[in-house]
This record gives sequence, C-alpha cells and structure tokens, in this order.
Amino acid sequence: MQRVDRWVGRMLLLGTLLAVAPFAWMLADVLVLGLPRVDWSFLTSAPSQAGRAGGIAPILVSTMAIVLVAWFSVVPMGLGAALALVNWHHTNNRIWRWSSRGVEQSLDLLAATPSVVFGLFGNALFCLYLGMGFSILSGGLTLACMVLPLFVRTAQIGLRAAAEQLRAPAAATGLSRSTFYLRLVVPAASPAILAALALSTGRALAETAALIFTSGFVDRMPTTLFDSGRTLSVHIYDLAMNVPGGDVSARATAVVLVGALLLINGLARLVLRMFVRFIDADPLPA
Amino acid sequence: MYRQLIERGFSTGLSVCAAAVGLTVLGIVVFLGIESWPAWQRIGPTAMLGAVQWNPVGPEPQQYGLAPMLVGTLAVAVGATLCAAPIGLATALYATFYASPRVSWLILRCMEVFSGIPSVVIGFWGLVCVVPWVAQLHPPGPSLLAGVLVLAVMIVPLFALVAATAVRSVPLDLIQAAHAVGLSRWRMICRIVLPAARQDMINGMVLQFGRAAGETMAVLMVCGNVVQMPGTVFDPIRTLTSNIALEMAYAVGLHRSALFAGGLVLMILVGVVVLPARWRGASHATR
Repeated sequence: MQRVDRWVGRMLLLGTLLAVAPFAWMLADVLVLGLPRVDWSFLTSAPSQAGRAGGIAPILVSTMAIVLVAWFSVVPMGLGAALALVNWHHTNNRIWRWSSRGVEQSLDLLAATPSVVFGLFGNALFCLYLGMGFSILSGGLTLACMVLPLFVRTAQIGLRAAAEQLRAPAAATGLSRSTFYLRLVVPAASPAILAALALSTGRALAETAALIFTSGFVDRMPTTLFDSGRTLSVHIYDLAMNVPGGDVSARATAVVLVGALLLINGLARLVLRMFVRFIDADPLPA
Repeated sequence: MYRQLIERGFSTGLSVCAAAVGLTVLGIVVFLGIESWPAWQRIGPTAMLGAVQWNPVGPEPQQYGLAPMLVGTLAVAVGATLCAAPIGLATALYATFYASPRVSWLILRCMEVFSGIPSVVIGFWGLVCVVPWVAQLHPPGPSLLAGVLVLAVMIVPLFALVAATAVRSVPLDLIQAAHAVGLSRWRMICRIVLPAARQDMINGMVLQFGRAAGETMAVLMVCGNVVQMPGTVFDPIRTLTSNIALEMAYAVGLHRSALFAGGLVLMILVGVVVLPARWRGASHATR
C-alpha cells in the first residue's frame, strides 16, 4: 500500500513537471535570445527594416494609447454596472432580481466569447458603421468590450463585500443611496477596483486577435487617436509570421511584454488577495 | 426636491450602465447576424456547413465550405483538452496532497503566472520550438499535432488552478474521516476527493475546451493553415478562428460575409458548450 502511494506521488510529480517544463523552456528561449537586445535604445527608437532592427518606441506608444482608450471606456461603464448589480442584488423587487440575473448571464456569455469574434464585432461596428477606420480608438473600444466581464466581476466582489459591511451603519446614519455608494462603498472597495483594472489591463495587453483588424498593423508613431497603431503582441505576431529573420526582435518584444504582464498581474493579485483577507470577502476568481 | 432628482439620476445612471453592459453581447450576436446574412442567404447554410471546398477568391466557381475549418477547430480543441486534463489534474493533486506547503504555494503561484502569458508568446514558442520538433517526428511540422500540443500547454495552468480550487472545496470532515479510517492518500483521492470534486472538474474542462476552440494566435502560428479535412495528426489544418484572422484583412463582399458566418458558427459552438458549464456554477473561473 505504501509503495503504491509513493508511486502515485511520483506520477503526480511527473505531471506537475510536464505542466511547468514547457513554460520554463519558453521563458528560457525568450530570455536567452531576447534579453540581450533589450536596452534603453530598443525602448526609445523606431523599428527599421520591418522590425528586424531598431526598437519599439512607436509600438509602446500605440499600446499605451489603446490601453488608455480601453480604460476610459471600461471604468465608468463597468463600475456603473457593477454598482447596479450590487444594488439590485440587495433589493427584494423581483424585476430587479431578474435584470441582475440577465446581466450576469450575458456577462458570462461575453466572457466565453472568443477574442477573434470581438475583432469581427469591432471591425463591423467601430471601424465601418461608426467610421473610425483602422484606428487606436477602434482597437481600444474593442478591447474595452472584451475585458468588460473580467472588470465587472472582479470589481463586483469588492463592492459587494464593502456594501454588506457598511450597509447597516450607513442606514443608521440616514445616508442617501448615492452618498452611500459613491462616498463609502467605492472608496472602501478601491483596492479591488484597482486590481480589477490591472487584471483587465493584463488581459488587454495579451490580446492580439481582436486587434489585427480593428487597430491595424501600422508601426509608425501615432499622432492622433484616429491613426492605426500596433500593440506589442501584434508586433510579436507580425515579426514571427511575416518578417523572415525577425525572430530576435520578436523575442526582445516578448521579454518587454511578458515582463510588463508579470508586474501588472502580480501586483493585481497581491492587492486583491490582501483586500480579500482584510475585508473577508468571497474567494478570488482564478 | 433637488436631492430626490440626484437620487433618481444616480439610480438611472447605474441602470443605464448595467443595461449597456448586458446588451453588449446581444450587439455582438446581432452584428454577426447582420454581416453574415448575405452569406447564409446566397450560399445557404447546408452548402456552407456541409461543403469541404474553401475557395473564396480564386477562379470561378467560388466555394465557401466551412466544414474543414469546423472539424479542425473541434479536433484541435478536443485534443488539447484531453492532453491538458490529466496534466492539470496531476498538478492540482500533487500541489494539494503531496507537496510540502511551500512547494504547493510555489506551484500554484507559477500556474497563476503562466496563465497570464499571452497566447501570441506561446504561439511563438510553438513556432520556433514545437514545430521543428514535430517536423523531426514526421514532416511537414505545422500540423494538427503541433496545434494540440501548443493549446494544451496554454490551457494547463488555468485548468490546474480550477482543479485545485475544486479539490480544496471538498469538505474537510470527509478528508479527516478518510484519515481516521486509515486510508492511504491515493485511496482517499480516488474514493473521496475525486468523486466529490467531479462536477467542478468537468465544468473546468468544458471552460478550457471553450478557450481552446476560441483561441486564434497560437493555432494560427503552428497549424499550417491548409484548408483540408485532417487525415492524420501530422496533417496541417485550418481552424475557424485562424481562417478569420488570415483573410479578414482583404475580404470584401460575399467573402467577408462568409467570414462573419464562420464567426457566428464559432460563437454558437462556444456558447452552447460553455454556458451550461458556467451556469452549473463554475463561477470561480473567469476565463
């Protein structure tokens, strides 16, 4: 019996190693060949020879612009929706209960939607119907739709926990609903909201398929939001698939992208974990 | 009076935001429907889903068969899920029952970190490392097998996290009872932990299948993108997602409409498979 148990332990360890090994290989490959290319001039110069030489400055600027557009649209909408869900959840009115169920289910479907479908939607709505063309604006708005479920769900955890703890004292002091939510609940849940924003940013930075036909491929420095611009992930894709000899630059760009993502996701999870422990909320989303 | 107006405005504002968020998904379906309508009408659903020829811009007659891409998507996603499930499950079980607390913490944090790695980076690794390896096994290299391997690597971390959550949510008194009657760890896992966590595991697998079927970049970079019914695992294939990503840039007219039809088929496929799993309560898996 003991021996069987030990054998099973070894098999499970083997499975764990199989899960870790590909990523170790991946990170080693990218770091060993890519890191030597990453220096200050790589970050601050424009690409040349289709990206084989030069740097990624315009791509960094486009990426930040697209993420900013996504932030400015996802934060007001998402925060409003999350507050509405928390508020509706508390009422006993059947219509509001049903509405909140409906919104949550459509968020579930949105979360399951493949990213390339968001690309099609963004291409049809933003690029063509609203006439924005292949632009940073179209790309940012498409990404905003894509990260909406992640942002709303994560913010909702924090808002609900804060609202439940503060509801009784607020009712006792006779606060109005808007004061209660805007002055008490939102500030109290702000760590969770920031973490939700950071996780959404991480998801947006990792995305490629939704962007190739909404924000386009152009690698010049953007001057307005209506210019086309490529993000770091689109740059990696283009270098790997369309530029022979672009693999070193692709690895260097991957080093920058993965480094940024590790920082953002790590901080977000740390903040969220501390917040959950502090306020005793629901467990984290995986 | 003024106060009441503010309150009314506040509530309305929240409702408007929630309605807009709730209607986003409807908007997506409606847009896919409108844009793909000409294709459904002029080519016909049976001709699109049944035909195996895809020739949208070549010499006449143009053909718009989505069947090989649909089969490709299903094959690569099912293969990846079947490869990833045992590995993810093993990782979760090892981290929960066999590893020391410190190692267990390390494994789970690693899985969190790996789950955030962009699919384009995983696809790039597949392109420069996995494809040459598959080519040594059996040329040409870019193939169904490469796609399965790369997608499996992509979905293992999240499946491991979901499985670990499921295993940890098994009631503690069951586990203590197993210890009390002297079951070995392996017996306890087989007889108590896995049956108790089965439903959550299946939900997690279905969600990861949805991610695999909807993934674009990783399969686009390693599958070879030849439109054909795969005969062996070494044949190059094209999926619905990579078809859209490859041709959307220059598609016009009926061709563009057929690509939206492919998107609609994909959305319905993923929705039908994944939504029931989400409703059964896999709420802790946000992807």
